[in-house]
Amino acid sequence: MGTPGGVPVQRNARILSNGALAMLIFSFAEVMLFAGLVSAFTIAKANALVWPPPGQPRLPAFETAFNTLALLLSGFFLYRAQLEYWRSKEATSAPVVVLQRPAAAARTPFLISILLGAFFVLFQGTEWVALLREGLTIASSQQGGFFYLIIGMHAAHAIAALALLVYAYRQLTHGNLTESLFGASTVFWYFVVLVWPVLYWRVYL
Amino acid sequence: MAVSVGSEPTAHEDHHHEQSFWSKYVFSTDHKVIAMQYMATGVVMGLIAGFFAYAFRMQLAFPGMDVPGFGIVTPADYVSLVTNHGSIMVFWVAMPVLLAAYGNYLIPLMCGCDDMVFPKINRLSYQVFLLSAIVLVASFFVPGGGFGGAWTAYPPLSAKAEYNLTPLGSSLWVLAVALEFVAFLLGGINFITTAMNSRAPGMKMYDIPVVIWMLLIASILFMLSVGPLIAAAIMLLFDQNLGTAFYDPNRGGDPVLWQHLFWFFGHPEVYVVLLPTIGLTADIISVFSRKKLFAYRTILYTAFGTGILSFFVWAHHQFISGIDPRMAHIFTVTTLLISIPIAEMMFVYIATLYGGSIRFTTPMLWALAFIGEFLIGGVTGIFLGASGADIYLHDTYFVLAHFHYTFFPITIIGFYGGITYWFPKMFGKMMNETLGKIHFWGTIIPFNFIFIPLFFLGMAGQHRRIYNFEHFPELATPGLQNIRVFATTALLIMLSFQLVFFYNFITSLRKGKKAGKNPWKANTLEWTTESPPPHGNWPPSELPSVYRPPYEYSHPDREEDYWPQNVPN
Repeated sequence: MGTPGGVPVQRNARILSNGALAMLIFSFAEVMLFAGLVSAFTIAKANALVWPPPGQPRLPAFETAFNTLALLLSGFFLYRAQLEYWRSKEATSAPVVVLQRPAAAARTPFLISILLGAFFVLFQGTEWVALLREGLTIASSQQGGFFYLIIGMHAAHAIAALALLVYAYRQLTHGNLTESLFGASTVFWYFVVLVWPVLYWRVYL
Repeated sequence: MAVSVGSEPTAHEDHHHEQSFWSKYVFSTDHKVIAMQYMATGVVMGLIAGFFAYAFRMQLAFPGMDVPGFGIVTPADYVSLVTNHGSIMVFWVAMPVLLAAYGNYLIPLMCGCDDMVFPKINRLSYQVFLLSAIVLVASFFVPGGGFGGAWTAYPPLSAKAEYNLTPLGSSLWVLAVALEFVAFLLGGINFITTAMNSRAPGMKMYDIPVVIWMLLIASILFMLSVGPLIAAAIMLLFDQNLGTAFYDPNRGGDPVLWQHLFWFFGHPEVYVVLLPTIGLTADIISVFSRKKLFAYRTILYTAFGTGILSFFVWAHHQFISGIDPRMAHIFTVTTLLISIPIAEMMFVYIATLYGGSIRFTTPMLWALAFIGEFLIGGVTGIFLGASGADIYLHDTYFVLAHFHYTFFPITIIGFYGGITYWFPKMFGKMMNETLGKIHFWGTIIPFNFIFIPLFFLGMAGQHRRIYNFEHFPELATPGLQNIRVFATTALLIMLSFQLVFFYNFITSLRKGKKAGKNPWKANTLEWTTESPPPHGNWPPSELPSVYRPPYEYSHPDREEDYWPQNVPN
């Protein structure tokens, strides 16, 4: 309420934009989701007498290591894009980046990041096709069930995060990418990137 | 002159536009309307769950009776009724009313901003919640009937249609629960972001009212605990429908895995619903004893401590599931430890009352009743937390009575305390105090008469999941049966007194005295705007600024006995 004769009061400082903070909180919930899945898998694996279960293929650990690298690189390029974006933001100090030129520097690393991410998802898809041919299905064994559950859950997140990134990229090319949207999409992608090595370690190795 | 910069308007440009009925009440993004939608849905679901309780309590007191309004309760009906009574009360009454309705209503108003930071996500949250409620209600009407594997849904009973005989009902139940969690994830993100990023200028962390802190801590607990249960629910759905064997011991699965994942969520969940009620009790007690809340910061630290500790107690639900006894000892210790912070909060409230000028308004009666009744729930919990005693008491009516002595104060008393306190703000009218008090005593006295007898039945060894005690001669003695009839009679009395509340609610809404901005002479920001608050809460130029903590009552330097947060001096 506008109080007469009041002492001026400062607005509270924000540490993160709304979008970034919201997505960070969401990511904590997601981390716990994957923690639940991975611990369930760990217990199932520890209880099994033979692993992988008889008649089931080994998971393609080597190929996926290469794919892991692609995903990590994607995260790295997104970080580069973020640095450029912040630099252009400092130059304009507007809530929305309106100047095309400085923000344009963020576009190339952003695009590379998206392409690497898409490569990761497609590569995973080809691996799934191969595994299905070798007889690993969701109902074939504990290994199959947990593999498709955990990796599929990650893939679903990767696809959703990629869609968000593509949308943010489009906003950037039109010069109206808000800090909130950019924050939300980058935090979500970092989550997808950073949870993956843990899944790779627990599921594939 | 306006004080510096107001909160940045978050998401509407449409503050003063005329709105159609649909956009104003059905597809609204206004946090107050969404709060009302959550509350109305919660109350309707509560009536359904109350009706279920009536039906199965009648069956227990008068086995084989043709229950008026329901008919003969078959064994399948009975398990479905108790399962869905529990599920609805926890997931579709306690959570939407305490967390979602009060959270949505109070967070923007008490933080002094015009709406949630993501109003559309907020609307989506309610829509997903409504869908989940519809899916659950639909599950009662599919072939085979509603799910009957208890609200904890332990596999293998819940995982296999050959065992539970509800192939559709059990899948719909899991689906409804999963949807409900999505709704609360969306809501909780909004709550935390709004309270962190959109508080009124000048509102420091320690100027946030306790009820808001508690809603936030509850949301954080929910966020951190729900993931494993979503994982478990997906695995259960897969087991039911896709032929996986996550919980099937014949194929290398582990049914106890579900119990761990479920209770890893289930115990923090108790605090998810408890903390909002603890918070609104603090606000009500401080206002109606006209006294500064005792040890504000201690309450906060205690709540954070409780939250952290609540992640390390879950296996006390599983003492007889075959877990290692050494492990059980550890969980006994953590469980007994967690009673300390809760006891501390109770003492803090009593210390706030001490020396205050107490006003026994209806909301104050509810708040005081919460302290007294929840105490019984807490104290009986100690017996169940100790693994030795629990081995005897497990799955008896003692557990059931203990559970209801925690959840009834949390959910029902918390709801009535909140609604009687904020009714003037929500609807601009005062509620009738006499009717309010009749309803209060008509609820509290029968409540104790329902559940105190059940403690005795539990100690006599009465198992929880028996449909007809006539089949068990040792449990069908006239002495025990009379206690069951007594408890059911008390339930009927309590249910009928709820009509007083609805009558009071409707007549007060229509003919109640005008409330004015601040009928209770309270300090927090929601009382500085009109009752009911307009769309946008305050006119954009008059968004409040904050100068002091929220509980400055009876300050010696002031003529009036309250000192609102937004008054500069």
